[in-house]
Amino acid sequence: MRISELANPSRFLRAANLAIPWLGGATAIVFAFAIYRAMLAPDDYQQGATVKIMFLHVPSAWLGMLCWGLMTIAALGTLVWRHPLADVAAKAAAPLGAAFTLLCLVTGSLWGRPEWGTYWVWDARLTSELILFLLYLGVIALWRTVEDPSRAARAVAILTLVGAIDLPIIKFSVDWWNTLHQGASVFRLGGSTIDSTILIPLLLMAAAFTLLFVTLLLAAMRNEILRRRVRTLRVLQASAAG
Amino acid sequence: MTPLTALLVRDMRIAVRVGGGALIGVLFFVVVVTLTPFAVGPDLALLKRIGPAILWLAALLASLLALDRLFASDHEDGSLDLILTGRAPLELVIAAKGLAHWLSTAVPLIVAAPLIGLLLDIEPPAQAGLVLTLLVGTPALTFIGAVGAAIAVTLRRGGLLLAVIVLPLTVPVLIFGVAAANVAAGPVPFGTPFTVLCALTLASLVIGPFAAAAALRLDIE
Repeated sequence: MRISELANPSRFLRAANLAIPWLGGATAIVFAFAIYRAMLAPDDYQQGATVKIMFLHVPSAWLGMLCWGLMTIAALGTLVWRHPLADVAAKAAAPLGAAFTLLCLVTGSLWGRPEWGTYWVWDARLTSELILFLLYLGVIALWRTVEDPSRAARAVAILTLVGAIDLPIIKFSVDWWNTLHQGASVFRLGGSTIDSTILIPLLLMAAAFTLLFVTLLLAAMRNEILRRRVRTLRVLQASAAG
Repeated sequence: MTPLTALLVRDMRIAVRVGGGALIGVLFFVVVVTLTPFAVGPDLALLKRIGPAILWLAALLASLLALDRLFASDHEDGSLDLILTGRAPLELVIAAKGLAHWLSTAVPLIVAAPLIGLLLDIEPPAQAGLVLTLLVGTPALTFIGAVGAAIAVTLRRGGLLLAVIVLPLTVPVLIFGVAAANVAAGPVPFGTPFTVLCALTLASLVIGPFAAAAALRLDIE
Protein backbone atom coordinates (compact mmCIF):
# COMPACT_ATOMS: atom_id res chain seq x y z
CA MET A 1 0.00 0.00 0.00
CA ARG A 2 1.36 3.42 -0.92
CA ILE A 3 1.45 6.13 1.69
CA SER A 4 -0.79 8.39 -0.40
CA GLU A 5 -3.60 5.85 -0.20
CA LEU A 6 -3.81 6.62 3.52
CA ALA A 7 -5.28 10.01 2.61
CA ASN A 8 -8.63 8.26 2.49
CA PRO A 9 -9.97 8.45 6.07
CA SER A 10 -11.49 4.96 5.95
CA ARG A 11 -8.22 3.39 4.81
CA PHE A 12 -6.40 5.45 7.40
CA LEU A 13 -8.75 4.17 10.10
CA ARG A 14 -8.10 0.57 9.08
CA ALA A 15 -4.33 1.11 9.05
CA ALA A 16 -4.47 2.97 12.37
CA ASN A 17 -6.54 0.24 14.01
CA LEU A 18 -3.95 -2.25 12.87
CA ALA A 19 -0.94 -0.17 13.90
CA ILE A 20 -2.02 1.23 17.27
CA PRO A 21 -1.81 -2.05 19.31
CA TRP A 22 1.63 -2.85 17.87
CA LEU A 23 2.88 0.68 18.44
CA GLY A 24 1.47 0.62 21.97
CA GLY A 25 3.24 -2.65 22.68
CA ALA A 26 6.51 -1.35 21.24
CA THR A 27 6.16 1.80 23.34
CA ALA A 28 5.70 -0.24 26.51
CA ILE A 29 8.73 -2.45 25.75
CA VAL A 30 11.02 0.45 24.86
CA PHE A 31 9.84 2.38 27.92
CA ALA A 32 10.53 -0.59 30.19
CA PHE A 33 14.01 -1.02 28.75
CA ALA A 34 14.74 2.72 28.84
CA ILE A 35 13.59 3.04 32.45
CA TYR A 36 15.70 0.02 33.41
CA ARG A 37 18.75 1.57 31.77
CA ALA A 38 17.98 4.93 33.36
CA MET A 39 17.86 3.26 36.79
CA LEU A 40 21.27 1.77 36.16
CA ALA A 41 22.73 5.10 35.07
CA PRO A 42 25.14 6.52 37.66
CA ASP A 43 24.13 9.45 39.86
CA ASP A 44 25.70 12.76 39.10
CA TYR A 45 28.65 13.58 41.35
CA GLN A 46 27.07 16.90 42.24
CA GLN A 47 23.35 16.48 41.77
CA GLY A 48 22.91 12.97 43.10
CA ALA A 49 19.80 11.09 42.09
CA THR A 50 17.91 14.20 40.93
CA VAL A 51 19.82 14.05 37.66
CA LYS A 52 17.44 11.23 36.69
CA ILE A 53 14.73 13.84 36.15
CA MET A 54 16.65 14.62 32.98
CA PHE A 55 15.44 11.36 31.44
CA LEU A 56 11.89 12.73 31.50
CA HIS A 57 12.72 16.38 31.11
CA VAL A 58 14.88 16.41 28.00
CA PRO A 59 12.79 14.04 25.83
CA SER A 60 9.61 15.95 26.64
CA ALA A 61 11.32 19.19 25.63
CA TRP A 62 12.34 17.60 22.33
CA LEU A 63 8.86 16.26 21.71
CA GLY A 64 7.30 19.61 22.57
CA MET A 65 9.35 21.26 19.83
CA LEU A 66 9.01 18.37 17.35
CA CYS A 67 5.25 18.60 17.70
CA TRP A 68 5.15 22.22 16.49
CA GLY A 69 7.25 21.13 13.52
CA LEU A 70 4.72 18.41 12.76
CA MET A 71 1.89 20.92 13.08
CA THR A 72 3.73 23.23 10.65
CA ILE A 73 3.94 20.44 8.05
CA ALA A 74 0.28 19.66 8.69
CA ALA A 75 -0.55 23.37 8.25
CA LEU A 76 1.15 23.34 4.85
CA GLY A 77 -0.80 20.16 4.11
CA THR A 78 -4.04 21.97 4.94
CA LEU A 79 -3.33 25.18 3.03
CA VAL A 80 -1.24 24.02 0.08
CA TRP A 81 -2.10 20.42 -0.67
CA ARG A 82 -5.56 20.39 0.91
CA HIS A 83 -4.74 17.01 2.33
CA PRO A 84 -7.86 15.62 4.03
CA LEU A 85 -6.00 14.26 7.03
CA ALA A 86 -3.66 17.21 7.57
CA ASP A 87 -6.04 19.16 9.77
CA VAL A 88 -6.96 16.00 11.67
CA ALA A 89 -3.25 15.50 12.43
CA ALA A 90 -2.83 19.17 13.39
CA LYS A 91 -5.81 19.07 15.73
CA ALA A 92 -4.68 15.83 17.34
CA ALA A 93 -1.11 17.09 17.74
CA ALA A 94 -1.85 20.37 19.55
CA PRO A 95 -2.91 18.94 22.95
CA LEU A 96 -0.05 16.42 22.77
CA GLY A 97 2.45 19.19 22.14
CA ALA A 98 0.98 21.20 25.01
CA ALA A 99 1.15 18.16 27.29
CA PHE A 100 4.79 17.42 26.49
CA THR A 101 5.71 21.08 26.94
CA LEU A 102 3.90 21.18 30.26
CA LEU A 103 5.66 17.96 31.31
CA CYS A 104 8.95 19.61 30.42
CA LEU A 105 8.10 22.71 32.47
CA VAL A 106 6.89 20.71 35.48
CA THR A 107 9.84 18.31 35.54
CA GLY A 108 12.14 21.28 35.04
CA SER A 109 10.60 23.04 38.04
CA LEU A 110 10.88 19.94 40.22
CA TRP A 111 14.48 19.54 39.13
CA GLY A 112 15.21 23.23 39.67
CA ARG A 113 13.99 23.25 43.26
CA PRO A 114 16.75 21.04 44.73
CA GLU A 115 19.44 22.20 42.31
CA TRP A 116 18.92 25.94 42.02
CA GLY A 117 16.83 26.40 45.17
CA THR A 118 13.85 27.73 43.24
CA TYR A 119 11.03 26.34 41.14
CA TRP A 120 11.44 28.93 38.46
CA VAL A 121 14.09 31.26 37.07
CA TRP A 122 13.59 33.54 34.11
CA ASP A 123 16.27 31.71 32.22
CA ALA A 124 16.21 31.93 28.44
CA ARG A 125 15.40 28.26 27.92
CA LEU A 126 12.65 28.16 30.51
CA THR A 127 11.11 31.34 29.20
CA SER A 128 11.00 30.21 25.57
CA GLU A 129 9.49 26.90 26.67
CA LEU A 130 6.82 28.80 28.61
CA ILE A 131 6.00 30.92 25.56
CA LEU A 132 5.83 27.77 23.43
CA PHE A 133 3.35 26.38 25.95
CA LEU A 134 1.26 29.56 25.74
CA LEU A 135 1.28 29.34 21.94
CA TYR A 136 0.03 25.74 22.13
CA LEU A 137 -2.77 26.87 24.43
CA GLY A 138 -3.63 29.66 21.97
CA VAL A 139 -3.85 27.13 19.15
CA ILE A 140 -6.08 24.86 21.24
CA ALA A 141 -8.25 27.85 22.16
CA LEU A 142 -8.63 28.68 18.47
CA TRP A 143 -9.60 25.08 17.68
CA ARG A 144 -12.23 25.26 20.38
CA THR A 145 -13.63 28.64 19.26
CA VAL A 146 -14.53 27.91 15.64
CA GLU A 147 -17.37 25.41 15.31
CA ASP A 148 -16.87 24.31 11.72
CA PRO A 149 -13.80 22.00 11.68
CA SER A 150 -12.59 22.90 8.18
CA ARG A 151 -12.73 26.65 8.89
CA ALA A 152 -11.01 26.13 12.21
CA ALA A 153 -8.35 24.09 10.41
CA ARG A 154 -7.51 26.92 8.03
CA ALA A 155 -7.41 29.56 10.76
CA VAL A 156 -5.19 27.34 12.91
CA ALA A 157 -2.96 26.55 9.93
CA ILE A 158 -2.19 30.24 9.43
CA LEU A 159 -1.56 30.78 13.13
CA THR A 160 0.72 27.70 13.17
CA LEU A 161 2.75 28.96 10.21
CA VAL A 162 3.11 32.46 11.68
CA GLY A 163 4.12 30.81 14.95
CA ALA A 164 6.68 28.68 13.13
CA ILE A 165 8.25 31.83 11.70
CA ASP A 166 8.08 33.63 15.02
CA LEU A 167 9.32 30.80 17.26
CA PRO A 168 13.00 31.01 16.21
CA ILE A 169 12.80 34.82 16.55
CA ILE A 170 11.30 34.45 20.03
CA LYS A 171 14.01 31.94 20.95
CA PHE A 172 16.73 34.26 19.68
CA SER A 173 15.33 37.35 21.36
CA VAL A 174 14.77 35.59 24.68
CA ASP A 175 18.37 34.34 24.60
CA TRP A 176 19.51 37.88 23.91
CA TRP A 177 17.23 39.31 26.62
CA ASN A 178 18.54 36.93 29.23
CA THR A 179 22.23 37.43 28.53
CA LEU A 180 21.60 41.17 28.75
CA HIS A 181 20.07 40.96 32.21
CA GLN A 182 22.17 38.31 33.88
CA GLY A 183 25.37 36.57 33.04
CA ALA A 184 25.74 32.92 32.13
CA SER A 185 25.19 31.95 35.74
CA VAL A 186 22.32 29.64 34.93
CA PHE A 187 22.17 26.02 34.14
CA ARG A 188 23.32 24.95 30.71
CA LEU A 189 23.40 21.38 29.48
CA GLY A 190 27.13 20.75 29.71
CA GLY A 191 27.92 21.23 26.05
CA SER A 192 28.32 17.89 24.36
CA THR A 193 30.20 16.30 27.23
CA ILE A 194 27.63 13.78 28.36
CA ASP A 195 28.99 10.40 29.34
CA SER A 196 27.68 7.42 27.38
CA THR A 197 26.29 5.85 30.59
CA ILE A 198 23.83 8.73 30.64
CA LEU A 199 23.57 9.42 26.92
CA ILE A 200 22.39 5.91 25.94
CA PRO A 201 19.47 5.80 28.42
CA LEU A 202 18.61 9.35 27.38
CA LEU A 203 18.42 8.38 23.71
CA LEU A 204 16.42 5.26 24.62
CA MET A 205 14.04 7.43 26.59
CA ALA A 206 13.73 9.81 23.64
CA ALA A 207 12.87 6.84 21.40
CA ALA A 208 10.25 5.67 23.90
CA PHE A 209 8.76 9.18 24.08
CA THR A 210 8.64 9.40 20.30
CA LEU A 211 6.89 6.03 20.05
CA LEU A 212 4.43 7.16 22.71
CA PHE A 213 3.83 10.36 20.78
CA VAL A 214 3.20 8.52 17.50
CA THR A 215 0.84 6.06 19.22
CA LEU A 216 -1.12 8.81 20.95
CA LEU A 217 -1.18 10.90 17.78
CA LEU A 218 -2.62 8.02 15.71
CA ALA A 219 -5.19 7.26 18.42
CA ALA A 220 -6.17 10.94 18.68
CA MET A 221 -6.46 11.19 14.89
CA ARG A 222 -8.68 8.09 14.87
CA ASN A 223 -10.86 9.64 17.57
CA GLU A 224 -11.06 12.91 15.69
CA ILE A 225 -12.16 11.19 12.46
CA LEU A 226 -14.82 9.24 14.35
CA ARG A 227 -15.89 12.39 16.18
CA ARG A 228 -16.37 14.19 12.87
CA ARG A 229 -18.40 11.28 11.50
CA VAL A 230 -20.61 11.40 14.56
CA ARG A 231 -21.01 15.14 14.06
CA THR A 232 -21.96 14.69 10.40
CA LEU A 233 -24.46 11.97 11.31
CA ARG A 234 -25.99 14.20 13.96
CA VAL A 235 -26.31 17.07 11.49
CA LEU A 236 -27.91 14.73 8.94
CA GLN A 237 -30.25 13.37 11.58
CA ALA A 238 -31.22 16.85 12.72
CA SER A 239 -31.85 18.05 9.18
CA ALA A 240 -33.90 14.91 8.40
CA ALA A 241 -35.96 15.41 11.54
CA GLY A 242 -36.49 19.11 10.79
CA MET B 1 -7.56 59.21 -5.39
CA THR B 2 -6.45 55.60 -5.70
CA PRO B 3 -8.50 52.91 -3.96
CA LEU B 4 -5.81 52.48 -1.33
CA THR B 5 -5.67 56.16 -0.33
CA ALA B 6 -9.47 56.26 -0.37
CA LEU B 7 -9.52 53.32 2.03
CA LEU B 8 -6.90 54.94 4.25
CA VAL B 9 -8.84 58.20 4.41
CA ARG B 10 -12.11 56.33 5.06
CA ASP B 11 -10.62 54.28 7.90
CA MET B 12 -9.10 57.39 9.47
CA ARG B 13 -12.43 59.20 9.26
CA ILE B 14 -14.27 56.30 10.87
CA ALA B 15 -11.64 56.12 13.61
CA VAL B 16 -11.78 59.79 14.62
CA ARG B 17 -15.55 60.27 14.39
CA VAL B 18 -18.11 59.44 17.04
CA GLY B 19 -18.01 55.73 17.86
CA GLY B 20 -14.59 55.29 16.28
CA GLY B 21 -12.76 55.15 19.55
CA ALA B 22 -9.34 56.27 18.32
CA LEU B 23 -8.68 58.35 21.42
CA ILE B 24 -9.90 55.67 23.82
CA GLY B 25 -6.57 53.94 23.16
CA VAL B 26 -4.63 56.92 24.53
CA LEU B 27 -6.95 57.14 27.49
CA PHE B 28 -6.43 53.44 28.19
CA PHE B 29 -2.66 53.93 27.89
CA VAL B 30 -2.74 56.80 30.40
CA VAL B 31 -4.95 54.85 32.81
CA VAL B 32 -2.71 51.77 32.73
CA VAL B 33 0.40 53.86 33.39
CA THR B 34 -1.40 55.74 36.19
CA LEU B 35 -2.41 52.50 37.86
CA THR B 36 1.12 51.11 37.92
CA PRO B 37 2.42 53.27 40.81
CA PHE B 38 -0.53 52.06 42.89
CA ALA B 39 0.64 48.51 42.27
CA VAL B 40 4.41 48.92 42.70
CA GLY B 41 4.45 51.87 45.12
CA PRO B 42 5.24 55.57 44.70
CA ASP B 43 9.04 55.12 44.83
CA LEU B 44 10.18 57.48 42.07
CA ALA B 45 13.59 55.80 41.70
CA LEU B 46 11.94 52.46 41.01
CA LEU B 47 9.40 54.02 38.65
CA LYS B 48 12.20 55.76 36.79
CA ARG B 49 13.98 52.44 36.35
CA ILE B 50 10.95 50.50 35.13
CA GLY B 51 9.30 53.48 33.41
CA PRO B 52 10.16 52.53 29.81
CA ALA B 53 8.99 48.97 30.49
CA ILE B 54 5.67 50.22 31.87
CA LEU B 55 5.12 52.50 28.89
CA TRP B 56 5.94 49.70 26.44
CA LEU B 57 3.64 47.24 28.17
CA ALA B 58 0.84 49.79 28.24
CA ALA B 59 1.40 50.53 24.54
CA LEU B 60 1.28 46.80 23.76
CA LEU B 61 -2.04 46.40 25.59
CA ALA B 62 -3.46 49.59 24.07
CA SER B 63 -2.60 48.39 20.56
CA LEU B 64 -4.83 45.36 21.14
CA LEU B 65 -7.85 47.49 21.99
CA ALA B 66 -9.15 48.47 18.59
CA LEU B 67 -7.56 45.54 16.81
CA ASP B 68 -10.57 43.24 16.91
CA ARG B 69 -12.53 45.89 14.98
CA LEU B 70 -9.87 46.11 12.25
CA PHE B 71 -11.73 43.74 9.92
CA ALA B 72 -14.75 42.76 12.02
CA SER B 73 -16.72 46.00 11.48
CA ASP B 74 -16.06 45.79 7.73
CA HIS B 75 -17.18 42.18 7.81
CA GLU B 76 -20.40 43.08 9.60
CA ASP B 77 -21.49 45.87 7.25
CA GLY B 78 -20.46 43.96 4.14
CA SER B 79 -17.67 46.28 2.97
CA LEU B 80 -15.13 43.50 3.47
CA ASP B 81 -16.83 41.52 0.71
CA LEU B 82 -16.56 44.56 -1.57
CA ILE B 83 -12.89 44.92 -0.69
CA LEU B 84 -12.27 41.23 -1.38
CA THR B 85 -13.93 41.38 -4.77
CA GLY B 86 -12.25 44.69 -5.63
CA ARG B 87 -9.25 45.00 -7.91
CA ALA B 88 -6.81 46.34 -5.33
CA PRO B 89 -4.52 43.52 -4.10
CA LEU B 90 -5.73 42.35 -0.70
CA GLU B 91 -2.23 42.44 0.77
CA LEU B 92 -1.91 46.16 -0.04
CA VAL B 93 -5.43 46.78 1.25
CA ILE B 94 -4.44 45.22 4.55
CA ALA B 95 -1.27 47.30 4.62
CA ALA B 96 -3.38 50.44 4.08
CA LYS B 97 -5.86 49.45 6.77
CA GLY B 98 -2.99 48.62 9.11
CA LEU B 99 -1.43 52.01 8.43
CA ALA B 100 -4.75 53.72 9.20
CA HIS B 101 -5.04 51.71 12.40
CA TRP B 102 -1.50 52.63 13.41
CA LEU B 103 -2.03 56.33 12.61
CA SER B 104 -5.25 56.48 14.60
CA THR B 105 -4.28 54.40 17.65
CA ALA B 106 -0.49 54.27 17.97
CA VAL B 107 0.49 57.80 16.92
CA PRO B 108 -1.63 59.59 19.57
CA LEU B 109 -0.13 57.25 22.12
CA ILE B 110 3.42 58.06 20.97
CA VAL B 111 2.61 61.78 21.23
CA ALA B 112 1.32 61.26 24.77
CA ALA B 113 4.28 59.10 25.84
CA PRO B 114 6.72 61.96 26.74
CA LEU B 115 4.09 63.62 28.93
CA ILE B 116 3.36 60.37 30.73
CA GLY B 117 7.11 59.75 30.93
CA LEU B 118 7.44 62.96 32.98
CA LEU B 119 5.19 61.43 35.64
CA LEU B 120 7.58 58.49 35.88
CA ASP B 121 10.63 60.79 36.08
CA ILE B 122 12.17 59.59 32.81
CA GLU B 123 15.07 61.85 31.77
CA PRO B 124 14.82 63.78 28.44
CA PRO B 125 17.47 61.68 26.57
CA ALA B 126 15.70 58.50 27.65
CA GLN B 127 12.41 60.14 26.63
CA ALA B 128 13.72 60.68 23.12
CA GLY B 129 14.88 57.07 22.94
CA LEU B 130 11.54 55.85 24.23
CA VAL B 131 9.56 57.85 21.68
CA LEU B 132 11.84 56.64 18.90
CA THR B 133 11.46 52.98 19.91
CA LEU B 134 7.68 53.32 20.16
CA LEU B 135 7.60 55.01 16.77
CA VAL B 136 9.60 52.23 15.18
CA GLY B 137 8.20 49.30 17.16
CA THR B 138 4.44 49.88 17.26
CA PRO B 139 3.90 49.17 13.52
CA ALA B 140 5.15 45.64 14.22
CA LEU B 141 2.48 45.27 16.92
CA THR B 142 -0.19 46.46 14.48
CA PHE B 143 0.83 44.09 11.71
CA ILE B 144 1.34 41.04 13.93
CA GLY B 145 -2.05 41.88 15.41
CA ALA B 146 -3.57 42.18 11.93
CA VAL B 147 -2.94 38.46 11.41
CA GLY B 148 -4.83 37.67 14.60
CA ALA B 149 -7.60 40.10 13.64
CA ALA B 150 -7.98 38.40 10.26
CA ILE B 151 -8.08 34.96 11.86
CA ALA B 152 -10.65 36.05 14.43
CA VAL B 153 -12.77 38.16 12.05
CA THR B 154 -15.83 35.94 11.97
CA LEU B 155 -15.71 34.81 15.59
CA ARG B 156 -18.13 36.01 18.21
CA ARG B 157 -15.61 36.14 21.05
CA GLY B 158 -12.90 37.28 18.67
CA GLY B 159 -11.45 40.06 20.84
CA LEU B 160 -10.61 37.79 23.72
CA LEU B 161 -9.11 35.09 21.51
CA LEU B 162 -7.16 37.72 19.60
CA ALA B 163 -5.30 38.83 22.72
CA VAL B 164 -4.47 35.25 23.66
CA ILE B 165 -3.04 34.28 20.29
CA VAL B 166 -1.33 37.56 19.42
CA LEU B 167 0.40 38.53 22.67
CA PRO B 168 2.89 35.60 22.80
CA LEU B 169 3.95 36.44 19.24
CA THR B 170 4.85 40.00 20.25
CA VAL B 171 7.50 38.91 22.76
CA PRO B 172 10.47 39.82 20.50
CA VAL B 173 9.10 43.32 19.83
CA LEU B 174 8.63 43.89 23.56
CA ILE B 175 12.11 42.60 24.39
CA PHE B 176 13.94 44.76 21.86
CA GLY B 177 11.66 47.77 22.31
CA VAL B 178 12.25 47.90 26.05
CA ALA B 179 15.94 47.09 25.65
CA ALA B 180 16.45 50.00 23.26
CA ALA B 181 14.37 52.30 25.46
CA ASN B 182 16.44 51.33 28.51
CA VAL B 183 19.62 52.48 26.81
CA ALA B 184 20.47 54.97 29.57
CA ALA B 185 20.59 52.20 32.17
CA GLY B 186 22.08 49.31 30.22
CA PRO B 187 25.60 48.57 29.05
CA VAL B 188 24.50 47.68 25.52
CA PRO B 189 24.67 50.44 22.89
CA PHE B 190 21.39 51.82 21.58
CA GLY B 191 22.08 50.74 18.01
CA THR B 192 21.99 46.97 18.55
CA PRO B 193 18.50 46.49 19.96
CA PHE B 194 17.19 49.38 17.91
CA THR B 195 18.29 47.89 14.59
CA VAL B 196 16.82 44.52 15.57
CA LEU B 197 13.59 46.34 16.43
CA CYS B 198 13.63 47.94 12.97
CA ALA B 199 14.20 44.49 11.45
CA LEU B 200 11.27 43.03 13.38
CA THR B 201 9.02 45.84 12.16
CA LEU B 202 10.13 45.40 8.54
CA ALA B 203 9.64 41.63 8.73
CA SER B 204 6.17 41.97 10.21
CA LEU B 205 5.31 44.57 7.55
CA VAL B 206 5.89 41.81 4.99
CA ILE B 207 4.62 38.73 6.83
CA GLY B 208 1.61 40.43 8.44
CA PRO B 209 -0.30 41.54 5.31
CA PHE B 210 0.36 38.25 3.48
CA ALA B 211 -0.72 36.04 6.38
CA ALA B 212 -3.71 38.27 7.15
CA ALA B 213 -4.76 38.24 3.47
CA ALA B 214 -4.56 34.43 3.39
CA ALA B 215 -6.63 34.24 6.56
CA LEU B 216 -9.27 36.65 5.24
CA ARG B 217 -9.60 34.82 1.93
CA LEU B 218 -10.02 31.50 3.72
CA ASP B 219 -12.40 33.00 6.27
CA ILE B 220 -14.77 34.55 3.79
CA GLU B 221 -14.50 31.79 1.16
